[in-house]
Amino acid sequence: MQIRIQILSFLIGAVLLAIIFQLIRKNKLLEQYAILWIVSAVIVIVLAAWRGMLEKMSRLIGIYYPPSALFAIAIFCGMVIALHFSVVISKLTNDKNKLTQEMALLKNQVEKLQEKIGE
Amino acid sequence: MENKKEKFLAIVPAFNEQGAIGSVVKEILGINLPVDVVVIDDGSKDRTGETAYKSGAEVIKLPINLGIGGAVQTGFKYAVINDYDFAVQVDGDGQHIASEISKLVKALKEDSADVVIGSRFLEKQGFKSSKARQIGITMFKIVNSLFIRQKITDNTSGFRAYNKRAILFLSENYPCDYPEPESVVILKKNGFKLVEVPVKMREREHGESSISSFKAVYYMVKVFLAIFVDLFKAKKDKIPE
Repeated sequence: MQIRIQILSFLIGAVLLAIIFQLIRKNKLLEQYAILWIVSAVIVIVLAAWRGMLEKMSRLIGIYYPPSALFAIAIFCGMVIALHFSVVISKLTNDKNKLTQEMALLKNQVEKLQEKIGE
Repeated sequence: MENKKEKFLAIVPAFNEQGAIGSVVKEILGINLPVDVVVIDDGSKDRTGETAYKSGAEVIKLPINLGIGGAVQTGFKYAVINDYDFAVQVDGDGQHIASEISKLVKALKEDSADVVIGSRFLEKQGFKSSKARQIGITMFKIVNSLFIRQKITDNTSGFRAYNKRAILFLSENYPCDYPEPESVVILKKNGFKLVEVPVKMREREHGESSISSFKAVYYMVKVFLAIFVDLFKAKKDKIPE
């Protein structure tokens, strides 16, 4: 029974990894944002294939049905990735605000210079 | 230094205030102080910027709406670039009375304060506002006064004057949205001297408060979170002398 969920988890991890590589190759995903995805996919693949490791880990964290432990770990990886995105978005927002301010100030200076030249 | 003429700037953040901004600018230019006015048009969809320019203000037009903090900070940066000695912040909606600016400037000089906040509540000026807003203002008063160990009665007031040192600091460190209560804590924590003076304010004529009742809860949560986090932040190491 468990072999089916093992195969499914392995396939999901493998497809995810393939998609990530494809995205990087096409320059649609920067490496710095791909690392957490790759790590997550590899963890899922390894644990899906390596039954003994998964069972050991699930006993360690007190989950008695190993596939549940796999899902718990996958969800945790997802949360780490989401938090990382929130940090990235916050930085982008700060950068965007600074650029907007600088741009508006420069535009004002350009207009003043143009007026001076026009006189 | 003594002979050098002091440059004085009024920073006016405005978002969709074409109805009020013209008279706001003219009123400031009419006070008994040599003052330049810069209006920060925070991505308005109406003719706020054009109206302000025609009324005699310098206009900085932000292509994207940044929120009032981002707009005011642009004003601080403008003041730094153009080497102003003092700045006063006046809302673009006509709520603040330009003739009261002299009270802020007086306190800035006589009390050697870095920042002067115009307060509606220091003296009973009969300022009416909704129950919900009064509760919020009281909460800021209690929390901020506790945190910074100085009684500030009007933390949400955007009617403030700054000296050069404060301008330089705030041009790098100013919260982007709902900045007023938080900036009180940031400034005090970084060693700036704050003084409150009583001022009169008008009831709003045009437009509406940047805080609708819809956003009030978010506003309170965001500002209190920011203030709470600020308490644990390291002191900024680059404070201009």
